[in-house]
Amino acid sequence: MELILAIGIGVLAGSGVWLILRPRSFQVIIGLSLLSYAVNLFIFAMGRLGTGLPPVIDPNMPMDTSVFTDPLPQALVLTAIVIGFAMTALFLVVLIVSRGQTGTDHVDGREPGQ
Amino acid sequence: MEKGIFLVVIVGLPFLAALVVALGRFTRSTSSWAALAVALVGLAITLSFYPSVLNGDVVRLVIPWVPTIGLDLIFRMDGFTWLFTTLVTGIGALIMLYARYYMSPDDPVQRFFAFLLAFMGSMLGVVLSGNVIQLVVFWEITSLFSFLLIGYWYHNAAARDGARMALTITASGGLCLMAGMLLLGHIVGSYDLDVILGSRDQIISNDLYNITLGLILIGALTKSAQFPFQFWLPNAMTAPTPVSAYLHSATMVKLGVFLLVLLWPVMAGTDIWFWVVGSAGLITLLLGAYSAIFQQDLKGLLAYSTISHLGLITVLIGISSPLGLVAAIFHIVNHATFKASLFMAAGIIDHETGTRDMRKLSGLFRFMPITATAAMVASAAMAGVPLLNGFLSKEMFFAEAVETHTGSLLDLSLPYVATLASLFAVVYSVRFIAGVFFGPDPVDLPKTPHEPPRWMRVPIEFLVLLCLIVGIIPGITIGPFLHTAVYSVLGAETPYYSLAIWHGFNEPLIMSIIALVGGVLLYFAIRNLARQMDGPPLVRYLKGQRMFERMMVAISWKWARSLENLLGTRKLQTQIAIMLITVLAAGVAVTTRFDWVGFEFPTVESDPIFALIWTAGVICAIGAAYQAKYHRLVALVLMSGAGLVTVLTFVWFSAPDLAITQLLVEVVTTVLILLGLRWMPQRKPDIYGQVIMPASVLIRRGRDLLIAIGVGLATTTIAYFVMTRELGNTIATYFLELAYPEGGGRNVVNVILVDFRGFDTFGEIVVVAIVALSVFALLRRFRPAPESMERPAQQQRLIEIYGRGDDVGSTGGARYMPIAAVIMHWMFPVIIVLAAYLFFRGHDAPGGGFAAGIAMSIAFLLQYMAGGTRWVEERLRILPVRWIAFGLLVALATGIGSWVFGYPFLTSFFQYTEVPYIGRVPTASALLFDLGVFSLVVGATVLMLIAIAHQSIRRPKKRAGDDDTSEAQAETELSQGDA
Repeated sequence: MELILAIGIGVLAGSGVWLILRPRSFQVIIGLSLLSYAVNLFIFAMGRLGTGLPPVIDPNMPMDTSVFTDPLPQALVLTAIVIGFAMTALFLVVLIVSRGQTGTDHVDGREPGQ
Repeated sequence: MEKGIFLVVIVGLPFLAALVVALGRFTRSTSSWAALAVALVGLAITLSFYPSVLNGDVVRLVIPWVPTIGLDLIFRMDGFTWLFTTLVTGIGALIMLYARYYMSPDDPVQRFFAFLLAFMGSMLGVVLSGNVIQLVVFWEITSLFSFLLIGYWYHNAAARDGARMALTITASGGLCLMAGMLLLGHIVGSYDLDVILGSRDQIISNDLYNITLGLILIGALTKSAQFPFQFWLPNAMTAPTPVSAYLHSATMVKLGVFLLVLLWPVMAGTDIWFWVVGSAGLITLLLGAYSAIFQQDLKGLLAYSTISHLGLITVLIGISSPLGLVAAIFHIVNHATFKASLFMAAGIIDHETGTRDMRKLSGLFRFMPITATAAMVASAAMAGVPLLNGFLSKEMFFAEAVETHTGSLLDLSLPYVATLASLFAVVYSVRFIAGVFFGPDPVDLPKTPHEPPRWMRVPIEFLVLLCLIVGIIPGITIGPFLHTAVYSVLGAETPYYSLAIWHGFNEPLIMSIIALVGGVLLYFAIRNLARQMDGPPLVRYLKGQRMFERMMVAISWKWARSLENLLGTRKLQTQIAIMLITVLAAGVAVTTRFDWVGFEFPTVESDPIFALIWTAGVICAIGAAYQAKYHRLVALVLMSGAGLVTVLTFVWFSAPDLAITQLLVEVVTTVLILLGLRWMPQRKPDIYGQVIMPASVLIRRGRDLLIAIGVGLATTTIAYFVMTRELGNTIATYFLELAYPEGGGRNVVNVILVDFRGFDTFGEIVVVAIVALSVFALLRRFRPAPESMERPAQQQRLIEIYGRGDDVGSTGGARYMPIAAVIMHWMFPVIIVLAAYLFFRGHDAPGGGFAAGIAMSIAFLLQYMAGGTRWVEERLRILPVRWIAFGLLVALATGIGSWVFGYPFLTSFFQYTEVPYIGRVPTASALLFDLGVFSLVVGATVLMLIAIAHQSIRRPKKRAGDDDTSEAQAETELSQGDA
């Protein structure tokens, strides 16, 4: 399981990096989204994987912390997801405004060779 | 230590008053009365402290700030700082009164008095700081307000330049001072001033003494306008005259010498002190006095005179003898009284005649006899005429100059230089008196001169009276206060000194006579020359100001540009590639040090379904990467596929909260990017077509591919090795154990978000709010590229068939996707219920404010998608900015609420409430906080999406230069609505 997820994270990160190295800003947006999936999964995985152990406790049962996954990375990732969305939105808007002003969607604000 | 609280009042009150004056609606009179009252209250408190600082006693108040690193807010007052505080508040009061008449009602006077008050507060903060770091902070605040006050008339270019120069010099000096103080604290092991003052041997003998002293001296010398930093002060004279009188003669420029006196007991007496402080002071003394003779601007003359007198004080401090220190403290007070009154007199002359040019002014005695008399007495004090206070401290200076201290050249030349500088002082004082007040009637003045209003003269008269009283009966007026101040600095070392006017016919008296007689003679010899000169002979070629400007140009323009040429690149891709390669190389370098001994690969267990899910995920990711250039929609779909795989992974590995949130965010992200697609340029088919790709492109793509593969491999490796390692004992245990008993929630993730780490969450929602508002702001003035202005071809076809989708009239069959639209409308309440459900169960089960907020925004979005923007907005005003504001306020109020009960910010309160028919319901204040999160997320998401959506129904302005301007009508009422 760990290996599969690790490969998945790697492929997401690699695809994301390839895209953020591309010249067109739409590619970069998609790349950043893929990269943020990878990063979120990576942080989440730092709490180790476990199935059927959601960190929702039952106060009537005696407390045994070993039967729950680590809630902290989950809390971190939860806000990261929302902020990631906000950043995607901001970047998209910067993209379209920049394109409106410069007339190109190249990340440098001008076509290569100009 | 309840007395110490009043020290905080002295410092805090001016700041508070500044805020009130700045934000309230006050006239010139009310703001000046308020300022005057604040200064008088400060003065009264200070005076009442006098008994507590006698005999070297110190009043202290310690407020713990960051005790773990030894930083406390300390306010202290001893005899010397008492004297200084009295000076700042006393002269402050007079200045406030004077400024009431000086400032024109047309000026923004509220701003003026607010700045002046804030300056006074920061000045008092420096003086009363018992912690050297705190001292530097207030020190820099004084520089800042000095900047704002010099540039008060910011429409005047000279004022802006003067302000900028003053800030650059004094604030850089302040930074050096900061470094010096940090070193000093390092040497002593404490930032507490009283501890530092008790560690002379430790400081003097430390290897870091020289560098520490050097840094502190840069701070002090820049602030007090000493050579070679003196040139900022004359340029600061573009400030309104009350500012020049207060900041740039009486108080702020004294801070440098104040600091030197303060640290004198622990740092003075070494060779380097003597040489650096002594020679800087001596050069300044002579140079300032010489330059003052040849000024044509009244305030310029006074500015150079101030520089010169500060130089005198600096020399006295540099001599490192106790008697010199007595004279220095005495002269600080004397100079403040006569120079402040002279500046105010110059201000009156300027105010009543309309000019400060000494070539135009003449014979004013007949027009304003009272002001003239006062100004003449003050300038006599400046020249050091007997029976005035300036004479006394100058005699003390001469007496010290004659004494031999080290026998060095500097020391031996001191009496001659002192006499010469004093002679120059007489020349410029006489020039001021004779040139301005006597001689023929002035011609061509912009205004007819007359006496100023009664109360405008009072501050000057009061100060001149002080000059006289102190000058005639020093022993019983200033004597005890001076003794208290000196004793608090020198303690047992306090020397015997006499404040008598007559010490017999001795060397200092001879020097005074030479200076007075020689000065008057020299004035008559060169008076015509001085009027014609456009600056001091010889010295004017040595322009510190020009050097400064050249340096500024070099740093901020030439060097910056060459650095940019060297390091900057306008190619983002190259920058990112370099960064990634560096990180990869660093990672590899670390990995080579890994110890493989005893490492075993863990056994691989696998689940076929999970493997299948991720096979899809991998295909989606690579597909999105491949398609993003030419097939944006496909890439978007594939990206969402990868997102769904992520969601499934969260579900699989026990993270229901994440799964819910990610799923909902997927929806809004997709809608968002779909809306953005409309504004992207049409991508032409491969530009290289059938031609073979150029090698450079192949190399670039190959490099990027290698980097991408490298990053992927590295991430996989790290993730794999970490995941297969046992997780040690982490903070998770703490959260899991305390979530229910202390946070009152069963969903630990949610309890962490809204309770344990509530402050972080608060910061994060603030970020989201800022982003949403930035998006909105960016789009308000959005101009699309010309080729995107037309509706896309697909949309045009739909409009042909169905009519305009967002037309108000188009209903029923004419509408696009009517059945889907009806379902979407019906979903509105359903999704709201879902959002409420997610929200209320959040504390105990997966859900919570973030997820609920996004769900709620989806409810709104669906309405937009189904009905079109106009249809929705005719029926429903969403006002997302209000949602954001409400969310922030609720979250903030919840946090502050816990203060009311005496707990730290955002402490959660929790209990069960018995609700009829429903039973025990958990009630936590965290739920309220979560409500804030919810509302903010709804507002932010809706604001961003609607802002983009609005662009499509807005008929954009064509840009100037476009061929067809007939359609150039802006239709922006929707985007400028309340959204």
